[in-house]
Parts: sequence; C-alpha cells; structure tokens
Amino acid sequence: MEIRLRAENCTICGACEAACPYDAVVMGNDGPQFTDECTVCGACVEACPADALYIDKEEEVSSHSQRQKGAGDVWVFAEQRDGKLLDVVMELMGEGRRLASQLGVSLGCLLLGGEVDHLVQELFEFGADQVYAGCAPELKHYRDDLYAQVVEHAVRQYRPEILLIGGTSNGRSLAPRVATKLGTGLTADCTGFALDEDGNLLQTRPAFGGNLMATIRCPNHRPQMATVRPKVFPKPARQPGRQGQVIALELPAFKPWQRILEIVDGADTGPNLAEADIVVAGGRGLGSPANFRLVEELASALGAAVGASRAVVDAGWVSYPHQVGQTGRTVAPKIYIACGISGAIQHIVGMQSSEVIVAINSDPDAPIFNIATYGIVGKVEEVIPALIREIKGSTSQ
Amino acid sequence: MHIVACIKQVPDPSQARIDRETGLVIREGVDKIINPYDLHALEEAVRIKEARGGKVTALSMGPRAAEQVLRDAVAMGADQGILLSDRRFAGADTLATSYTLARAIAKLGDVDLVICGKQAVDGDTAQVGPGIAANLDLPHITQVRKIRELTDSKLVAEKLTDRGYEVVEVSLPAVITVVKELNEPRIPGLRGMMRAKKAEIPVWGPEDIEAEADRIGLKGSPTQVWRTFEPERHRKGEMLEGTPEEQAAALWQRLRAL
Ligand SMILES: Cc1cc2nc3c(=O)[nH]c(=O)nc-3n(C[C@H](O)[C@H](O)[C@H](O)COP(=O)(O)OP(=O)(O)OC[C@H]3O[C@@H](n4cnc5c(N)ncnc54)[C@H](O)[C@@H]3O)c2cc1C
Ligand SMILES: Nc1ncnc2c1ncn2[C@@H]1O[C@H](COP(=O)(O)O)[C@@H](O)[C@H]1O
Repeated sequence: MEIRLRAENCTICGACEAACPYDAVVMGNDGPQFTDECTVCGACVEACPADALYIDKEEEVSSHSQRQKGAGDVWVFAEQRDGKLLDVVMELMGEGRRLASQLGVSLGCLLLGGEVDHLVQELFEFGADQVYAGCAPELKHYRDDLYAQVVEHAVRQYRPEILLIGGTSNGRSLAPRVATKLGTGLTADCTGFALDEDGNLLQTRPAFGGNLMATIRCPNHRPQMATVRPKVFPKPARQPGRQGQVIALELPAFKPWQRILEIVDGADTGPNLAEADIVVAGGRGLGSPANFRLVEELASALGAAVGASRAVVDAGWVSYPHQVGQTGRTVAPKIYIACGISGAIQHIVGMQSSEVIVAINSDPDAPIFNIATYGIVGKVEEVIPALIREIKGSTSQ
Repeated sequence: MHIVACIKQVPDPSQARIDRETGLVIREGVDKIINPYDLHALEEAVRIKEARGGKVTALSMGPRAAEQVLRDAVAMGADQGILLSDRRFAGADTLATSYTLARAIAKLGDVDLVICGKQAVDGDTAQVGPGIAANLDLPHITQVRKIRELTDSKLVAEKLTDRGYEVVEVSLPAVITVVKELNEPRIPGLRGMMRAKKAEIPVWGPEDIEAEADRIGLKGSPTQVWRTFEPERHRKGEMLEGTPEEQAAALWQRLRAL
C-alpha cells in the first residue's frame, strides 16, 4: 500500500506537504516525494485540492505484515517506579487492548528503566503484544530529560497511531514535552475513548465549568496522545502465560539537562486517599471551616480517609492533597460519602467508580443524587451527628 | 536576572458557561480573574527580583481585555506586561499556545527563568509550561513547591511528586511551573496600583514575534473539540426518607450490611 501521484493533476501547491502529520512529504519540482516516514495515513490525499494523490491498495493483502513493526499500533507508556509497574499502566492497557482490537492493530507497551526484564512478562499477561524496552542505568528513575528523549525517539522510529500515558505527576510532565516535540495534539485527563468511522480517537474529558463533557479529536496529526488519571478505567484481568514479543529500543544519545539530587518518598503526600476503603468527603454545603470538623469526626468514626471538593480546598478549609476530582485525586473506595457536595462533573469524575456512593445534601435536585446509591435530602449539620451517634451506638454494643 | 511570568486570564470558574453549539467557553458576561496558580508564579518572580535584582516581565496571550491581568501584574511588582493579542491567535490549543508564548519569550531575548502556574483552572491541562520548555529546548521542572537555590547559572528546586518530592537541579535558562505551597501572593499596595494604571501594555501580534502562520491559533491546533454533551442523568439510587435520625439509622443499617 502506498501513496501514488497523478502527475498530470498536480499543481505543486504544497497542500500535501503541509498536511502530512509525519513530515514525510518533500516537495520536488515534479510534485511530492514520500520519505520512509510515510505511514500511508492518507492525510495528504485528503488535503490535495487537485485530486492528484490516491492510495494504491494493490498490495493490500500483505499490507499488515509489510507494515513496519509498530506503525499504526496503540501504545501505552508503562511507567514503573522502583521496578514495579503502576496500576494505571494496566488500566490503560485494558482500554488500549480494546482500541487496538477495533483498529485491527497491536498493543505495544513502552517500558523504560534500569532493568525491566522482570516486568515484560507481566505486561504480556495484561495484554501487550509487543514490549518496546529501553534499559540503561540512567533510566532507572523517571527523569524528564532522558525519558522525553527516549519516548520521542521511539515514537519517531515506530510511529504508533495512539499513545496513552498515565496522568501521574511524571506522566503529566512527560506527555506535554513529548507531544510538543512531535508537534502533535495531547488531551489531558481523559475519562473515555472511542473511535470515529475513520478510526480517529475520540477523547472525552470534562469540559470547563458546569456539567459538560467534551469530545476531542486530533485528526491530522499522529500519534494521538492522551493522559488518563489513575483509577479512571478498571484494571483488566491478567492472563497467565500469555506471550508477546520484546523489542529492544535503540536509545538515542542522551542529552541530560537535569540532575536529581534527592528523592524523598512518603513525605507530605497527605492522606492516603487512594487506598482507603471508605472516604468521607465534604463540600461547600458544610457552610464553614468549623463544620468541616463534622466530616473529620465521621471519618474517624468509620476509620475513613477525608476527601473534599475543590470549592472548600480553594477556600482554605482543608489542604489540597484532600481534593477529589479532575484536578485532585481519583478515588474508587468501597464507600464514598459526599457531604454538602453538589456533584459538579469535575468532582464526579474523581469518585464515580466508588462501589457505594452516599450523598447527603439539602437540595433534592443536586446532581450528586444522580449517581448516589443512597441519597439523603437533609442538612449535614443534622444528619452527620445523627449518623455518628448511630455508628458509635452500634460499635459500643 | 530577567524573569518571565506567564499569566492567563480565566473566567471565574464559579460562573462559567459553555456555548453548546461550538463547545467553546462563553467569555461574555463572566467575571475574569487571573488564573490562581499564576498569582504564585508572579509572586515568586517578584520575590526573586527583590532578592537578586533584575526585571520581571508578565506575559499573557488572550483577548484585548486580558490587558487587565497584566496591569494587575504590574501592580504586584512586575516591571512590564506584554499582551499577545490578535485574531489569528484565537482558538489555540495547548500546542499553539505554548508555541506562541515561546516565540514571545524568544523575542524578549535575554530571559533567564520562565515561571508558569501549575495549570490554568479553565482547561486544567498543565501542558503549557512543559510545552514552552520543549519549544525553546530548555529544561523544565513541574510542580515546584520551593526554590532551594538560585544563581545566575542554575536552579535547585523541590518538585512535588505523587509520593513526596524530588530535589532537582537544572541549568538556566529554564522553565518551571509552580504550586500554591510555594508562596503567599501579595495584595498590591497603593503605589503599585498607581503604577499599574499608568503602565503602557504593548500588544504584540504574530509579526512581532515572527510566528509561523500555521502554528498559531485554531490553524496551529491539532486538537479539535468534536462535540460537547451533558453526561447521562438518571437516578438509580435509593432515597432515604424521614427525620435526620431515621435517615441516619437507615443508612447505617445498609452500610453495615456491606
Ligand atoms: C477545570 C476545573 C477543574 C475542577 N476540578 C475540580 C476537582 O478536582 N474537584 C472538585 O471537587 N471540583 C473541581 N472543580 C470545581 C467544580 O466545578 C465545583 O465548583 C466544585 O466541585 C463545587 O464544590 P461543592 O460541591 O463543595 O460546592 P457547591 O457546588 O457550592 O455545592 C454545595 C452543595 O451543598 C449543598 N448544601 C448547602 N447547605 C447544605 C447543608 N446545610 N447541608 C447539606 N447540604 C448543603 C448545596 O445544596 C450544594 O449542592 C473544577 C472546576 C473546573 C472549572
Ligand atoms: N494564554 C496564556 N497566556 C499566558 N500564560 C498561559 C496561557 N495559557 C497557559 N499559560 C501558562 O501555562 C500554565 C498552565 O496552563 P495550562 O497548560 O493551560 O493548564 C498557566 O498557569 C500559565 O502560567
């Protein structure tokens, strides 16, 4: 399969060159020439105003096997810390697998580290067909400079169609740097993916203010890049014994521009919201910082972690690490109790995967009730103390 | 030392609305404020200038009305404010925005440090800071919560991570993005306000920054809003009725059974 020119139609206008997401079109005196970078994506054909380009599907039968390894595939960045894969990697692989199947392509994982051999099998068992592995002592810990250089290099070499990156603090630093270098689009904090009829990735995320979702497309540039917060997608089942292929990445010459002097873990990270089985969260409906104590008391009676909406974090009632939502943490506890929280979409995307959601709100029309398993229309200052009494009464029996 | 603080004017998040047709934010009739994180960026820039000497330039891309946040910046102690405003800049996604801001920084020429907020509260992408750095081929550090050391040639900062923090050293010039823990933004004094009122705010267009026409605005934006929609709304849960005591009892009975 390749792009062919109807030279008699070509006006050498350059539209194809401008449209090419891979910089694979070079304008010559007789019309466009296609470099090895071409993936036959068809953007130039689409852009040509003179109908001078077409896709020659002659060799269609063998196109899949002829295609360079990786080109057109779905990739997941497999972030590891201290030699362990982060859960968000597996969560993304579940989505990645689904998209790859629909597109009829492979799922690749991009794995960087000091030593990564022990993680490769795990990635296969969670659905990777290929693991692109880059090993070097310098890559042991995540660092912006070298990781960005290796990812950019690998993408240029293998040209995946889609690249998904976990929205961790590292991922959110890496993804925009790489996307900018590649000159492609990047959608932050997606909560859902689909494909349009042309195979473009439809990336859904909450939109600014109010209860709206937006679906974003990046039709003319590749790869299509997106970040996704942890716990937004479920972790797929592991398939023991599943096999795949390891491809050793050829590493670019490192150009370091930073030094990490110290890594301090476990300090100041705040409440262990992400792992808690129960989260009690408070919002502006509590009325005052003093009343926020009610939430803390309820949490302590239940052995729960304390969460909050952004409204009260912004107001300074409680510190940022407690914030749940699009800009805070995503949580998925067994029980989530929302007290005086309206249920704005930016909050909901951070807790909607909780197994049981309880909402206590004085406004019967508050959107939070639409996702609540149990809803209580009432005043927090009355319901919470009553609930604490119930809990204490039953546990002291 | 020449420090650039990138500040964005955003609609007050509590008043925001969206145009259902275009999927774009309706900017009319909504109060505009300086992006809260950018106040911390500005404050840090001014503190560095006060401690070491030098100058602070506040830079913003947006409609003409965004001039206001640059005046606010001057009131807080910035030496000058520059507005990137032109019809052709409109509709920029983060790629086009970072390119445009980077071009302006390149035009300023002698910049040692660029400070951005961690993210803008309207789009919440946190992409523009690293994007500017990538455009200029400069080091970047995200989520800086403390500057430990700053000399003419290097910066050592504490960067917030998911598990704690890291101490990172980069050479200057560099780009950092900052979190709220970094500092407490000042309230401008009367003198600052007077200065702000009189300040000239130059407006730069694509030609002034020698920007390539197909890398700015809507044209330079690979991502497109395809559609917007309201999330599904259906009440599937059980409402617990009665007095607060009855409601609490009913709830506890159900939670205990889990
Ligand atoms: C880009 C962007 C990102 C955002 N990210 C986040 C995020 O990560 N997390 C987040 O939470 N928000 C986020 N927001 C903000 C979000 O849109 C809402 O503004 C916020 O969640 C509202 O917080 P709230 O529910 O506490 O306050 P409100 O919306 O003011 O709701 C208070 C609720 O309390 C109820 N109430 C009042 N009095 C009582 C009473 N006595 N007893 C019981 N109920 C009472 C009211 O009926 C109301 O429903 C974001 C916004 C934007 C634009
Ligand atoms: N239009 C803009 N003008 C100036 N600075 C901006 C603009 N957009 C983003 N920034 C800067 O980039 C940071 C991150 O923005 P964002 O990537 O949109 O979340 C902001 O806190 C600002 O410092």
